[in-house]
Amino acid sequence: MFGQPTSPRFRAVLAGSVSAGLIFGMAACGGSKGSDGTSGGSSASSIDCAPYTKFGDLKGKTVTIYTGIVTPEDTPHINSYKPFEQCTGVTVKYDGDKSFETQILVRAKAGNPPDLAIVPQPGLLKQLVATGKAVAAPAETEANVDKFWSKDWKAYGTVDGKFYAAPLGASVKSLVWYSPSDFKDGNYQIPTTLDELKALSDKMVADKKKPWCAGINSGDATGWPVTDWMEDWMLRLYGPETYDKWVNHQIPFNGPESTAALDAVGAYLKNPAYVNGGLGDVKSIASTTFQDAGLPILDGTCMMHRQASFYAANWPKDKKVAQDGDVFAFYLPGKDASTKPVLGGGEFVLSFADRPEVKAFQTFLSSDTWANLKAKQGSGWVSANKGLDQNNLTSPIDKLAASILADPKAQFRFDGSDQMPAAVGSDSFWKQATAWITGQDTKTTVDNIEKSWPK
Amino acid sequence: MFHTASTTPEKLVQMVAALLLFAAVMGVILFVAGRLGGKKHEKWVGYLYLLPVVLMLTIGLVYPGLRTIYESFFDAAGKAFVGVDNYKTIFTDDDQLVVLRNTVFWVVLTPFLATGIGLLYAILVDKSRFESFAKALIFLPMSISFVAASVIWKFMYEYRPDQANVKQIGLINQIIVWLGGKPIQLLIESPLNTFLLIIVMIWIQAGFAMTVLSAAIKAIPDDIVEAARLDGVNAWTMFKNITVPSVRPTIVVVLTTIGIGTLKVFDVVRTMTGGNFKTSVVANEFYSQTFRADNQGLGAALAVLLFILVIPVVAYNIRQVRQSEAR
Repeated sequence: MFGQPTSPRFRAVLAGSVSAGLIFGMAACGGSKGSDGTSGGSSASSIDCAPYTKFGDLKGKTVTIYTGIVTPEDTPHINSYKPFEQCTGVTVKYDGDKSFETQILVRAKAGNPPDLAIVPQPGLLKQLVATGKAVAAPAETEANVDKFWSKDWKAYGTVDGKFYAAPLGASVKSLVWYSPSDFKDGNYQIPTTLDELKALSDKMVADKKKPWCAGINSGDATGWPVTDWMEDWMLRLYGPETYDKWVNHQIPFNGPESTAALDAVGAYLKNPAYVNGGLGDVKSIASTTFQDAGLPILDGTCMMHRQASFYAANWPKDKKVAQDGDVFAFYLPGKDASTKPVLGGGEFVLSFADRPEVKAFQTFLSSDTWANLKAKQGSGWVSANKGLDQNNLTSPIDKLAASILADPKAQFRFDGSDQMPAAVGSDSFWKQATAWITGQDTKTTVDNIEKSWPK
Repeated sequence: MFHTASTTPEKLVQMVAALLLFAAVMGVILFVAGRLGGKKHEKWVGYLYLLPVVLMLTIGLVYPGLRTIYESFFDAAGKAFVGVDNYKTIFTDDDQLVVLRNTVFWVVLTPFLATGIGLLYAILVDKSRFESFAKALIFLPMSISFVAASVIWKFMYEYRPDQANVKQIGLINQIIVWLGGKPIQLLIESPLNTFLLIIVMIWIQAGFAMTVLSAAIKAIPDDIVEAARLDGVNAWTMFKNITVPSVRPTIVVVLTTIGIGTLKVFDVVRTMTGGNFKTSVVANEFYSQTFRADNQGLGAALAVLLFILVIPVVAYNIRQVRQSEAR
């Protein structure tokens, strides 16, 4: 989770105040600018309107979409809606809000929801459906999802057997960042099994190098990168079925599986020989921000950093993120080469209105047409939509992420802490993981998390 | 009922509408009050002026307060009645006990140290040549927001490993290294980190204490000071028998004001550690439980606890303010 870089807030504020000034000036001219904007001509390509004509004449109608995706990532979204707006005559009002995750619940509970919400967590999706304000997805959207997404993905948009929300974007978390040139110099091979990963780490230690660097500091969300590590190992050691049981608390959090998974992570993160390259001792993992944690790779003081595909945005602008560049990532291997578990995240489009224009837009967002339009808008975005043509992706890391998602052997599982109840997934799991890094033993850690699970 | 404004123009329109509404209400009240002239209506005019305040306090403070107390007896989702379980959790759960311990550290240390430093400084610079400059120096932190001050101090405490080619960027750790020590993870070691956070609060509040106390010291009648001088008292006796008793009411007001602020401290903890590494305090825990852990009941109980802790201090503060005004 936490895919959005935080720096653009200032720019957003600045933009807000500047536009406020503009609006004061333009008030006399009448008509508000709205949020759909008028810039960005790059999306002039027109689309086939046929799938949306059956929703009737939508000209002049408005759809509001509420999301946590803000400047600058909002522009590609807004631009990718343009062909739909042009062919149907619908106006899409895009409303980006940093505090989306708390506000959407408040708005839904208060009976003032938007038409559509881009929900980044299945747990939140369930909470929203529980308010009774959400509307099940129209048949056309569901047909698109059946066609373009795997069963795993559809299941995350389904609550109590009813399909609500089509997936939108995706991120891959099972990635290890490394420096291709350092690997070449050290004659290191990309590992294809967990044992090879371990052997590689040991080889680096033998070469007097610190193999891993990590950092879990993230303000009051400190600890979440450890939860990703643990989820990745849970998925690898015990498979997707056990993983689902673990996430849904059908097996206890302090059972043998989670204990072993956390211990397996400890063999990396709490191993003084392995960490923390360029950053200090084991404890320095707790004080290093997750944004800074991978940077020692560039200095050669650290060899590998496990972090999601969105970490691509954290590398300095002058570094090339590519197989032949300064830094790249490889797929965190499965237990053996034949299994391909993928831990990731993604967003879902939940509807609160069943007007035809809303249904039409929902269907558009679930189509391969939109996925390809969005991909052309720039790097830093992938989707598990099977209709996505990988040639439309611009950056090598996006291509890698998309190819991992599209692999027929891939078993995708959503970030577990995002699905657990908030008391665990965004509180005790983080806190206990942090305490674990700073010295608490595994048993106490899993026991405490189990204790905090809401009855 | 209301539509949430999503765009800037909508927000501006709503703001203007709210201001107009406010002006309209005030206009009606003033109009009615103007009609009710004459001596016998005086009391009613007074009540009429009180009405908006009472109304707003009821909507904005009394109702949410009662609602919070009510919710504190319910479970995480706010559905099932659980009696005093939430309060039991606060006083028995290991994590919550750490929160209470930290709050005690904060409340005991911050007001006294900040007031003590402020008083000492006020006396030292009183009537010296650089008084206004010296005062400005210690007053400056007051003008910085808590969050900004916390960010500054986060850099002060910043840690970099003791490794070749790695330079310290935090002042405190650099000093430790210069003195031949090893850098310490200042914000991670508990309970040291809580005290380091308290220093930030003292840094901010000492200026406030100094300013108010300095004004009080200047208000001590000259004849008392001169009489004491003629009696040949030394500096300590002067401080103990003249200065402190003369400014005692002010000291109490400063102490309690800082005390109330300290009980509610949130920004410093949230910005510097996010409540991690055993540094959380009641106000921060209340926020985390309510908005992050989705535990409404426990969050409400913590808010009520905070409220109960603040009441006696506020009451004492008001009494002292009244007493000092009565003179």
